[in-house]
This record gives sequence, C-alpha cells and structure tokens, in this order.
Amino acid sequence: MRAIETSENMPENSEGRGQLSMSKRLFPVLTVVSLFLFVTAPIIIVRAPYESTMGLVQKIFYFHFPSWMAMFLAIFILGVASGIYLFRRTPAADRLAVAAAELAVIFGLMGLITGPLWGVKAWGVWWQWDARLTMAVILELILVAYLLLRQYGGAGSERLAAGLGIFAMANVPFLYVSTEMWRTVHPRTSVVPTLPVEFGIPLWWSFAGFIVLCLALLSVRSRLEEQRATLERLYLALEEE
Amino acid sequence: MSGFLKVAWLVLRKDLRVESRNREMLFTTLFFAVSCVLVFSFGFVRGGQAVEGAASGILWITIAFSGTLALGRAFERERNHDALRGLLLAPVDRPAIYLGKLLGILLLLAVVEAVVVVLVAFLFRAPLFQYVWRLLTLLTLGTIGFASVGTLFSAMLVRTTNRAVLLPVLLYPVTIPVLIMGVSGTAALLQPEPDLAMARLWIGLLFSFDAVFLTLAFWTFEPVMTE
Repeated sequence: MRAIETSENMPENSEGRGQLSMSKRLFPVLTVVSLFLFVTAPIIIVRAPYESTMGLVQKIFYFHFPSWMAMFLAIFILGVASGIYLFRRTPAADRLAVAAAELAVIFGLMGLITGPLWGVKAWGVWWQWDARLTMAVILELILVAYLLLRQYGGAGSERLAAGLGIFAMANVPFLYVSTEMWRTVHPRTSVVPTLPVEFGIPLWWSFAGFIVLCLALLSVRSRLEEQRATLERLYLALEEE
Repeated sequence: MSGFLKVAWLVLRKDLRVESRNREMLFTTLFFAVSCVLVFSFGFVRGGQAVEGAASGILWITIAFSGTLALGRAFERERNHDALRGLLLAPVDRPAIYLGKLLGILLLLAVVEAVVVVLVAFLFRAPLFQYVWRLLTLLTLGTIGFASVGTLFSAMLVRTTNRAVLLPVLLYPVTIPVLIMGVSGTAALLQPEPDLAMARLWIGLLFSFDAVFLTLAFWTFEPVMTE
C-alpha cells in the first residue's frame, strides 16, 4: 500500500492520470463506432456497382486505400509525438509514439498484403517496382527499424527513437517525390477525389472505419504502455522500501 | 571567427590531428571501399563487359557501405575515457560539436570517393568524367545528405551496446531517398544519350533533402544527446 502512495507522489503520475481517464473514456466510444463501420462496410461494398474493367477484384480497393491512409495517419502521429517527447520530455508523448509506430507497421502490412492480391488480378503480376509500392516498402522498413531500435537499443532508447521518429516523418515527402519520378503503373492519387458517388460511398465508409479503428487501437495501446510504466514505478518503489 | 564555427573547427582539427598520426580510419575505409568495388566487378563484369547501367549503382552503394563503416567509428574515440561526456559538458553550442564531426566524416569520404570514382570509371568503362562538375555536385550533395543523417545516428547510438548492428539498420532505410536520387542522377549522366535536365532535377531534389535533414540534425542533436 505504501508503495502505491509513493508512486502517486511522483510528479509524472499526476499528469499521466489525466491522460489515462481520457483514453479510458475514448476507447469504448471509438471501438463501438469502428465496429459499427466495419460490420456495415461489407454490405455497402457488396451493393456498390462493379468497376467496368476490373470487375469484382476492384472491391479490394475499399480496404487497400484506407489501410494506407491509416498508416499515414499513424506516421504523422508518430512524428509529432516524437517531436513533443524530444523537446518536452512528456512521457505520454513517448507512449503515443510507440503505439503509433506499431499501428503504422500493422496497417502498412495490410496495405502490402492487399496490394499484391489486387495487383495479380489487375496487372497480372504480384509485384511491380512502381513508385507507390517502392515508397510503401521503404516506409515499412523505416518503421520496423524504429521498432528494432526500441526493442534492442537498451536504456535511453526512447530518446533515440524519438529522433528517428522525426526523421521518419520528414522522409515521407522525399520518398513520395523521389519514387514518383520513376514511371508508375499505379493509379494516380487524383483518381480518388474524382471517383463516382457509387464508388465513393463505400470507399469513404471504409476509410472512416479504418481511421476510427486506428484511433481506438492507438488509445488502448498507449494506455497499455502507460500501465506498464506505472507497474515498473511501483516495482521500483517497492524495492526501495 | 564566430564562436560556433570556432568550436566546429576545434573538433575537426582534433580529429584531423589524431587521424594524421595513425591514419587508421583513412586506410581501413579506403581499403574497404576498394575491395567493395572489386567484389562488385566480379559480380557485374562478364566476358570483359560491364553489365549495362551498373556503374552508377555500384558507385553509390560503395559510398554508402564505406560511409557506414566510417560513421560507425566516428564517435569511437569519444567513447574512450568518457571523452564524449567531457565534450558535451564543455560550455559551447552542442550543434557545433556535431558540425565538427560531420566535417571530419565529409573530408574522409571525399578522399574515398576520389579513389572510388576513378576505380569505377576504370573497371566498368563508365564515362564518369564526361560531366565532371555535375558529377561532383551530385557526389557532394549526396554525401552531405548521407553523412548528415549518419553522423547524428552515430552520435545518438554511441551509448548503446548494439550500435554496430543498429547503425546500418537505422541509417539505410532513412537514407534510401539519397541513394535513389544519387543513383538516378548519375545514371542520367552515364546513359548513352545523357539526360542533363533529368540530372539537374535530381540535383535539386538532393539539395532540398540536404537542407531539410541538416536542419533537422542540428535541431535534434542537443535533445538527443542530453541524458
């Protein structure tokens, strides 16, 4: 009991608690919303018309594109949280960064799996070194490097990882431009805003589902990290007794 | 000379002096770069003829590999006897220390590149000297981009136990844009009908990469190095 009191006196904890209660309240709401979107998405996707040239296989697009967008959201959060942690040393920002990096890897993997599945039907090949694919693979590499650094960097690796997180986010525009300058067989991004309504509704529906899912997982994952930190503090306090 | 540049110069002079006495980094990096090009030539020269378009890639991969080797030991001398702590405790701008170390690495890589370019031109019959100034600009900007990220990563990994493994693991993915730009720019100069407009475009991209990542490195060096 005394150990718990000691830990509550730590200045870091008081600020952490505010975040805990917020994510505690946010998580159920986000989960219910994303569940609703994901359960209804298949119905909407089935009702959407077939695309004239690709037919059924085009429907994978409704999962492929949103998973990349969720990854970019996660990378953006990773970069901003890393910057905040590096200059302010806010522990909550570091926990958010870990959560965002892991989610970016997961959503990136989803994109990398659904991409070739679509590509083999639409282009006739599993893999093609076109601009977007190249960029996706490199981003995935950077994110995995981030996780490796956190895992094997030893003490103080959060600080180093924060530095890397900023570099990862700053890399996105350069990767985009440098890979884009290679000839591309991938549909241009300008396809998305000009999509007819019947294709647009299922797309943005899934898009919302993925983004909300990403935020829900983000809140629960950073809460896990926070509880882990609290547990560690309690252990340390107990050992000091 | 302003205080900032003076500190950078002092760090650089210290490194140059140590290096001029034992020449360890220069000789080992140079030897590694030469053997790297030779290994590539065994792989990519068949029947006395180099594989088409291989030269630009080999040039840049060799620079990246030997650069990693040099960067891995950039802060090795500072690790002994806790010299890094002393350096960071000095009442000077921390980014100036970074600049001094970066300049040292750039000088070392410049020497390595001078040898590698000649060797690649010779072994792969690549017309590298056709547009000397453009090639020089590509090499300079590319090396600055690679080394600016690398020096920062090398500094931040100096206290970790797995630094030898982690440096390439972190450095290569982040500097891939530099390699893409460098290789494509050089390839544009080397192709049978050189595409100068394309090379200029890649030079411009490299310049903006350098500007962004140098700024980021100066900006993050202090918080990353502060315990």
